[in-house]
Amino acid sequence: MTKDVAVSRRAVSRRTVLGGLSAAAIAATPLRAAFAADLVVGFLYVGPRDDYGYNQAHADGAAAVKKLTGVKVLEEEKVPETNAVEQSMESMINLDGATLLFPTSFGYYDPYMLRLAAKYPNVTFRHAGGLWQEGKAPKNAGSYFGYIDECQYLSGIVAGHTSKSGKLGFVAAKPIPQVLRNINAFTIGARMANPKATTQVIFTGEWSMPVKEAEATNTLIDQGIDTLTCHVDSPKVVIETSEHRGIFTCGYHVNQQKLAPNGYLTGAEWNWSKVYVDDMVKVMLAGKPIPNFLRGGIREGFVKPSPYGKPVADATRKATDAVRQSMMTTDYVIFKGPLKDNKGNDLIAAGKNYGQTDLWLEKMNWLAEGVIGATS
Amino acid sequence: MAEQSFAAAAEPAAEPEPAAPSADGGAGAFGEKLRRLGEAAAVPLLALFASLVAFGLFMLALGFNPLEVYELIWRGAFGSYFSWQNTLVRAAPLILTALCTALPARLGLIVIGNEGALVIGGIAAAAAGLAVDTAPPLVIDLVMAAAGMIAGGVWIASVGALRHFRGINETISSLLLAYIAIALMNHLVEGPMRDPSSLNKPSSYAIPDAAMIGPMPGTNVHWGLAFGVIFAILSYVLIERTTFGFAARMVGGNERAARMAGLNVGRLILVVCFLGGAAAGLAGMVEVAAVTGRANASLAVGYGYTGILVAFLARQNALAVIPVAILLGGIGASGGLLQRRLGLPDATVLVIQGIIFVMLLMSEGVVGRLNLFQRTRDG
Amino acid sequence: MVAGSLGWWGVPVAILGGAIRVSTPFLFVSLGECITEKSGRINLGLEGTLIMGAMTGYAASFLTGSAMLGVLVAGLVGLLLGGLHALICQQPRVNDVAVGIALMLFGTGVAFFFGKPFIQPQAPRLPSIDLGWWTDIDQLHSALQINILFPIGLLLAPVILWALNNTRWGLIVRIVGDSTDAALAMGYSVNFVRLAATALGGVLAGIGGSFLSLYYPGSWAEGLSSGQGLMAVALVIFARWSPLRCCGAALLFGGAGAIGPALQSVGVTEGYYLFNAAPYVLTLGIMILTCSRRHTLAGAPGALGVVQ
Repeated sequence: MTKDVAVSRRAVSRRTVLGGLSAAAIAATPLRAAFAADLVVGFLYVGPRDDYGYNQAHADGAAAVKKLTGVKVLEEEKVPETNAVEQSMESMINLDGATLLFPTSFGYYDPYMLRLAAKYPNVTFRHAGGLWQEGKAPKNAGSYFGYIDECQYLSGIVAGHTSKSGKLGFVAAKPIPQVLRNINAFTIGARMANPKATTQVIFTGEWSMPVKEAEATNTLIDQGIDTLTCHVDSPKVVIETSEHRGIFTCGYHVNQQKLAPNGYLTGAEWNWSKVYVDDMVKVMLAGKPIPNFLRGGIREGFVKPSPYGKPVADATRKATDAVRQSMMTTDYVIFKGPLKDNKGNDLIAAGKNYGQTDLWLEKMNWLAEGVIGATS
Repeated sequence: MAEQSFAAAAEPAAEPEPAAPSADGGAGAFGEKLRRLGEAAAVPLLALFASLVAFGLFMLALGFNPLEVYELIWRGAFGSYFSWQNTLVRAAPLILTALCTALPARLGLIVIGNEGALVIGGIAAAAAGLAVDTAPPLVIDLVMAAAGMIAGGVWIASVGALRHFRGINETISSLLLAYIAIALMNHLVEGPMRDPSSLNKPSSYAIPDAAMIGPMPGTNVHWGLAFGVIFAILSYVLIERTTFGFAARMVGGNERAARMAGLNVGRLILVVCFLGGAAAGLAGMVEVAAVTGRANASLAVGYGYTGILVAFLARQNALAVIPVAILLGGIGASGGLLQRRLGLPDATVLVIQGIIFVMLLMSEGVVGRLNLFQRTRDG
Repeated sequence: MVAGSLGWWGVPVAILGGAIRVSTPFLFVSLGECITEKSGRINLGLEGTLIMGAMTGYAASFLTGSAMLGVLVAGLVGLLLGGLHALICQQPRVNDVAVGIALMLFGTGVAFFFGKPFIQPQAPRLPSIDLGWWTDIDQLHSALQINILFPIGLLLAPVILWALNNTRWGLIVRIVGDSTDAALAMGYSVNFVRLAATALGGVLAGIGGSFLSLYYPGSWAEGLSSGQGLMAVALVIFARWSPLRCCGAALLFGGAGAIGPALQSVGVTEGYYLFNAAPYVLTLGIMILTCSRRHTLAGAPGALGVVQ
């Protein structure tokens, strides 16, 4: 597909002298460990860095990486999911000598990152959320993600206990597996607390569209929902609108408590700082290879629930903490049988468990019983 | 009659007054051509220079060193073989989408629905490519190109039809159709056309690998650039050098007069709009066949809207579209470098584009006033 | 504040709420553009003005603590941008559609550029007026929470209409818009009138933008306007340059925009993208039904050059 332009032709003959970078030489030679040079790490975000949501979570992780010695961090934001990301990554590799790249948005994976990974075998690529599979993708590529649905599960338990009407709402962007997993985990958790609880879903169709998100929030509240959560790139609008109308909210991506001092119950947060620093950059600094397929939940510290808000009763806190403790110490299973989908079909037979690492969950395309809505 | 009008937007840069026929025949005429070319080129270059200065002042006011900024823009856009490829890849879709505005503009129509035509073309191309996916790769590509062009062409031709038969303003109808096209595309790509294995980025099925359009030899730039250049050249020839084009330009000058002169205005409108839409549709096909391999929401990332800008900057001249697209591609290409080295926000690229555009428009008023290029004739 | 679900009645309530909530920016921008176009100039740059208004309004509100001040600042910024548009268009042989697109780009770019530090923080919002005090139904109550800008906008429409038709100033604007020659012959400064009209249009657009960031959705984000300013300019043509019809068009558009989420909430979940496109389809459909080659351009200001 793409021609293999010899990197060395350009790299060795160019010297970019900028702010302490020793650039292209690193990319050109395989002996990078021999050079006492900074490790250059590149982050690419699809939206603004401080969106109180998805991108901010990654940027917070990048900020943690910046604090390490011997590491130089490059960031680019609002990179669209087109060949522009390919060019940005290539630019980072060729002009800045990046050898570790983190493209953090779903659409960057196929074909862009995969193409580049094949072209630059000496550079390590790790994608947030992609499904890296041995044999199907190059060895220097890989993916990492967190089982944030575990935190949504805990949010669901809190919501189920706290909601007075038992009607929960979910503002979602698109019906992709990672979103559906959150919706289902939230609902399963809520129904553990209140077996009659329901979650109504509205899909806005876009990852970031404030007006649509506000409309969806208002519509859900008009239908009697009293607790909301969401999966959009920037939950700020949903949380603020809900707070304005006086209902409970559960946050997502980062801690939004400040936005909703009265209604915030808890939330599901990423803990990317730990993942980037401990599980990847430090590993690379030590000269070892980063795992190709990295996943983790609450136990591994990849994700964490937000601290409880004011309205959460003591009994609820105790109950949820017990579940959380169980997750930290045992192989807790969220998706276990018997489970039906919301159309009445049997999904998981009684006695069958799908552990968090089961790949079947990464291909989710159904909504569990108790969810009002459809994937298409 | 009207100093500023919708119709006036369609006129290309008005030619400066031709000098009186000179007595010395050939040499004088050639010098005349040079003079006109010089003036036509000097003014945009002057505008570019003025924008650089203005942008530099802006940077200075914010505490950045303008020279550093210029150097980075140059390096990111044109400073190396790698940058050039970056620039050209970005320019490729822009040439085609710009034609979607530039061609109808010669008729006096302001069409801004390029994004819609591109998206529809991409979807149609993907669907067509999947329908014939067992055929030889060349056939698949031809079928995809045809589907993309026809779909895009029909989309914008409807804009023309609505304008001609129902008097509906083409600016608003093309904009509405663009939004509708994007909604349709999203619906199809997440629903009926969705490939279940395209997990977290809903997309159509992929066209066969062998049918993907590869790069031009010796470069990383795909053939879409060549398609754009060829389409632009052919369009230029059509509009400037054929009777059809002449008739179209007459309609652009004064529709009522053209009608009275017996021209089939409806047919002209439909054909030219179709061509413009076909160009944008082809851009959509190229996105699918050369870049992504499938149709998904990344079709609607703004190539269409930037194409409008390119068309206006090129003063609706199909040939001028090519260098303008390259310029804008270059600015876009340097954006990443500006972010990483100076910490400037990504919006810097938009600001630069805006300043260039404003300066260029202001320079229109300068043409003809400049005495530099006026010939003093004696005798 | 929990109440029972409205079921299918939720849909018309949502449409009503949407018509009130979502239409306000469209209302202001289209009324402003109406004035501008009546004077014979088209300003496509109002999209950029809208976004600039949203950003500066939010920034001002955050920095000063007063949302009303934010609205004022937004209006001022709109005045400047409108004035800039007019000044550039005044130069000979400059084409106003192109200038509009240029300023749209420039305005958007500058807004995003300076708006980065304001994406995260929370700024004080504009207060709401409770028009639903008479109802116990929570949802209706909430749909009738309006912002002061909405009735101001609604009132503006007949005021503008009256001013255009009955005041000397309105007459001058219309003459300048209908026939530049006649205006010049009567000794009016065409440039000044258009400058004033465009600047006024900018003020309204800026205020409309501030509504987005200070009331609904009430946050500054880069995806705040997805072409709303552009659509509002299109709505002026749809409304055939009548301020009252602009009002109706804005309400129609806002209400139609609420159909998508409302239908999803009652269980109609297929094809939500298509429902979300309802406002565009509706507008196009109405135009197809009501326009004809002869009738369309009645009411178009002559100097706009739309008449062929």
